[in-house]
Amino acid sequence: MKLYNISFNNLRRRQGKMVFLVMGLFIGIATIVTLLSITDSMSRDIEDRLDQFGANIVMVPKSDNLSLSYGGISVGGVSYESTDFDEASIQKIFEIENSKNLGAVVPKILGSAEVSGRKVLLMGTVFEDELNLKTWWQYEGQLPMAGEIMVGSAAAATLELSLNQEVPIGSQTFKVGAVLHPTGGPEDNIIVGNLAEMQQVLGKVGRISMVEISAFCRGCPISDMVLQIAAQFPEGKVTALKQAVMSKMQSIEMFKSFSYGIAVLVVFIGSLLVFVTMMGSVNERTREIGIFRAIGFRRGHVMQIILLEAMVVGLVGGLLGYLGGNGAAWAVMPLVLKDGAFAGINTTLGVVSILLAVTLSLLASLYPALKASRLDPSEALRAL
Amino acid sequence: MASVQVQVETVEHLIEVRGLQKHYQSGDTQVSAIKEMDFFIDDGEFVTIMGQSGSGKSTLLSIMGGLNHPSAGEMLVDTLDLYRLSSEQRADFRSEYIGIIFQSFQLIPYLTVRENVKMPMAITGISAKKQDEMAVAVLERVGLSDKMDRLPDQLSGGEQERVAIARAIVNNPPILLADEPTGNLDSETSEEIMKLLQELNRDGQTVIMVTHNPDTSRYSKRIITVRDGRCTVGACAA
Repeated sequence: MKLYNISFNNLRRRQGKMVFLVMGLFIGIATIVTLLSITDSMSRDIEDRLDQFGANIVMVPKSDNLSLSYGGISVGGVSYESTDFDEASIQKIFEIENSKNLGAVVPKILGSAEVSGRKVLLMGTVFEDELNLKTWWQYEGQLPMAGEIMVGSAAAATLELSLNQEVPIGSQTFKVGAVLHPTGGPEDNIIVGNLAEMQQVLGKVGRISMVEISAFCRGCPISDMVLQIAAQFPEGKVTALKQAVMSKMQSIEMFKSFSYGIAVLVVFIGSLLVFVTMMGSVNERTREIGIFRAIGFRRGHVMQIILLEAMVVGLVGGLLGYLGGNGAAWAVMPLVLKDGAFAGINTTLGVVSILLAVTLSLLASLYPALKASRLDPSEALRAL
Repeated sequence: MASVQVQVETVEHLIEVRGLQKHYQSGDTQVSAIKEMDFFIDDGEFVTIMGQSGSGKSTLLSIMGGLNHPSAGEMLVDTLDLYRLSSEQRADFRSEYIGIIFQSFQLIPYLTVRENVKMPMAITGISAKKQDEMAVAVLERVGLSDKMDRLPDQLSGGEQERVAIARAIVNNPPILLADEPTGNLDSETSEEIMKLLQELNRDGQTVIMVTHNPDTSRYSKRIITVRDGRCTVGACAA
């Protein structure tokens, strides 16, 4: 017989009490694990979606002019006409320290040309890369091949262009391969062509007006990457398009804060429950503790018995809570987020939640254990 | 028996009670459970402390067991001045010197008979095998070898009392304190229990029993009668 036999036998033969204590911790830990798992899954899901959301870094040539457009109204001062990059130098982007975090790098040429008697903004790009970046672009027709162009919805209407129509631009003639559906963005008003062909039309062979870069991924240091690219291109102005990303991230952060808040509340209520139950259990056992003390158990022995019980309860409650929480997150995730997938078992969260349950259980039992160990044996027994 | 740190006193007897007093506060009034007591008990004696309810006999027993601090006086056991020890040292003292048989058995409900008996050894360095041997031997002695794996609530009152006795003597303590050991038993079972205590005493165990029942006192060698917190005339003399 050792002291732990007393603890284990108490837990084994007073299962009702044990179940109640374990349930308290189970609910607490399961709620925390569920909330954190869902937040994590949502965060991953949204970040994955943002990965396909488009460019989040834009590099344009430095210009002394201030932009003279606001809300789609331009009043002149078109700065992109002033300078541009050398196409060969664009490869330097891939030399930055965080190059592995680069998604799509899409160089473009921009310029204006006369089409059907009207000035139109032309954009030359690599269609495959552009469409990877602008996943929301939808169009009629087929992905333009060599000698073909894609026309924005407003441009098509204004210039009265339709699919397969031949359009003379500058000295060349192009076929309308695709017409973009309205997007509400600047592409509604432009004509998009293959990079090399547009460079030729605009008389800017080997030149690049701007580069759009997609670098969103989990934990991507966007601001570091901006600095790294800027260092490679002293003649360029590199900007992170933070607004869209930040607003999405802010929503996740808000949900995270909310989850942490709830978690703290649940931990507080859980520990209170364990504390009250432990107190009740110790009070119920006053006489028993008196017997222990009367037959010569030291205070430390009594504390060992109670704290060992608390540790076992914490371990069982924490483990079950962790498994239950993951199960709940897995079941609830598709309801919370359409097409959302459970991010998977997080072992660190497992270790933390079990440790948390054990710590909570021990802390909640510490005062009752101390109180129990300090009981005057004769007071506790009353009979003697 | 030597691990308790002792204060050496010149003592001639196993237990010496000197000028013992116990007062406690009950509301505004001070109650004197023990007004003044002086007596001694020798090794191997079977002493009954008798008195009416409220006479202070149970308080006296709890003080002798190191469970209740007296208001004044000395309580010497072997060479120890019991109440000059720290509370943890007194716990060690109880573990080594005292076996207590409680009035209402006070068994641990979630431990089997065997585990209850082994409980005092949980804080000693005795090996599991030796513990088991000792528990079985003592349970055989009290006639419970066939019920060792039962829980206390599966036993009769007499059987529970036997378990309590087995638990009290398993460590071979020099002093056995019994508080109304037959208080909850019928007369037949009471007699069996008293005979068992007598047998233990014959084997050399010092037994100190508290009772209000004159029938049970006849098994002892000496009776100390207590009334109003004092020994009655001549009762404390050997």
